Amino acid sequence: MHTSLSPAHARVADSAYRIRRFALRMGEVQGQGYVGQALGYADVLATAYCHAMNFRAEDPSWEGRDRFLLSHGHYAIAFYAALIEAKIIPEDELETYGSDDSRLPMSGMATYTPGMEMSGGSLGQGLPIAVGMALGLRLKGNPAFIYNSMSDGELDEGPTWEAAMGAAHHGLSNLICLVDINNQQADGPSSKIMGFEPLADKWAAFGWHVQRVDGNDLAAVIAAFDTARNLAEPKPRVILCDTLMGKGVPFLETREKNHFIRVDPPEWQQAIDILDQAQGAAR
Amino acid sequence: MSTTTAKKPRLTTSAMIASIASEGQRVKAAPFGKALVELAAQRPDIVGLTADLAKYTDLHLFAQANPERFFQMGMAEQLLMAAAGGMAKEGFVPFATTYAVFGTRRAFDFVHQVIAEENLNVKMCCALPGLTTGYGPSHQATEDIALMRGIPGMTIVDPCDALDTEQAVPQIAAHAGPVYMRLLRGNVPLVLDEYDYKFELGKAKLLRDGKDVLVISSGIMTMRALEVAKELEADRVDVAVLHVPTIKPLDTSTILREAGRSGRLVVVAENHTTIGGLGEAVGTELLRSGVTPQFRQIALPDAFLDAGALPTLHDRYGISTAVMATTIKGWLG
Repeated sequence: MHTSLSPAHARVADSAYRIRRFALRMGEVQGQGYVGQALGYADVLATAYCHAMNFRAEDPSWEGRDRFLLSHGHYAIAFYAALIEAKIIPEDELETYGSDDSRLPMSGMATYTPGMEMSGGSLGQGLPIAVGMALGLRLKGNPAFIYNSMSDGELDEGPTWEAAMGAAHHGLSNLICLVDINNQQADGPSSKIMGFEPLADKWAAFGWHVQRVDGNDLAAVIAAFDTARNLAEPKPRVILCDTLMGKGVPFLETREKNHFIRVDPPEWQQAIDILDQAQGAAR
Repeated sequence: MSTTTAKKPRLTTSAMIASIASEGQRVKAAPFGKALVELAAQRPDIVGLTADLAKYTDLHLFAQANPERFFQMGMAEQLLMAAAGGMAKEGFVPFATTYAVFGTRRAFDFVHQVIAEENLNVKMCCALPGLTTGYGPSHQATEDIALMRGIPGMTIVDPCDALDTEQAVPQIAAHAGPVYMRLLRGNVPLVLDEYDYKFELGKAKLLRDGKDVLVISSGIMTMRALEVAKELEADRVDVAVLHVPTIKPLDTSTILREAGRSGRLVVVAENHTTIGGLGEAVGTELLRSGVTPQFRQIALPDAFLDAGALPTLHDRYGISTAVMATTIKGWLG
């Protein structure tokens, strides 16, 4: 049992461990993948799928479900791991990740994968789609939430801010935006590519309810989700999650930071062993 | 300086939203807006979105009739198209309006990735198609069809007049999948009621027959072609007009049947650049099928067009009735 966490939180921590493990196994199948991001973001995904969201694993398009948009399509490896943990996708399917005719392509697409709500990858499209879905849910009287998950690199994209204005203008309190801030883009650290600070102030100035948390502090992430869901204010909500790429596998945490972390063939199993040992120690 | 040419009065650029109707022409006001209001009364799943151009696309009529189903997206076309996609995901049939330049050029990736890739049921109705404003390239959507034709699964409609427009609205709503419709707004010419014609999505219609020339046309160029045909009667030139309001998917069988009738010059007329529009689409189908009549294009040049008064520009670029008639006569020798 995790000593510092309540039993409910420990359950989410177990899920985060398995999401990391599933992602590493998919990375091993392919010999590559955005595992740095997957390890960094696993705690947020575990909170979404194993704590916050309403869904039916056997019916991924159930009308009452909370919707989760993966705007950053390259996080698919992390997201498939979460869908496996949520039992929306069977575990043995991870062996097909990135293979021809698989339902799990390298970049997430709505038409391929159960539980995938949008075709991401052209960055900056999730939040504007979320605005339309949130308006649609409200018009239908459906109380579900829309989660838009995006990377910090997508803060560079103009449409993100078109949507931020639009969501606030329409008072979309059923919209929760999650931003993974790992400070890593294709060409280098985000702060060197296109500085986005002071980020919380920016979102607040756009009319959003803002929380900024350590995205690898599970208790803090869970509390932020609870706050975002229970807020009475008629505002869209954003949770800015500072995360560490490679989290949980020290040799990946400290590896030279790259958009695409290099992992050598024997290291996949070594990384899984490290996760397993840490999980064993936590129990 | 030459004194032989009589000086024409210098025309001035008309307002952005001035009617394209010529003086004295019969018109109908806001056919799109009225048809959408009528349809929405029957279909609660229809919603309307715009990017700060409701009044300029006749969507304000829908907004007045259905304020709870109208969503203002601000001057943000990428948000407009993505949010329309989002509403389609939730089961609505969104009609999204803006100008054609913004709906296609600015929001292209959102139309491509959000709407078309998932085959979402969004109807994009975009005003000022081709050369229908004198405001210069910023507002002249001379390559909108070329852009939209490249998108798999996109249905493209280019109506001729008010009748075409109002009949197209319920049909594009009934079609499952994305539609791009070139929108004529304001006082829209009424022409096709003089012919035995009904708009049918995906169908080309022969409006009049003739043994010398076959004009294959869409949009306002069908109106021009009909005027040209009347004018050339005086010269004993017999012009057939095949109206092709659906550019994609193309009614290939009707086009091949008509173009395959021997002895006629085939002229494709479109309010669009020569690149990637109806002309190239028809030409390709003819070649593929081994149907090779004499083939000519009346279309806008591959150029950034001038600003100015529309009648001046339509003359300059060869899509006015007078210049088109002269051009065709020249081809006939």
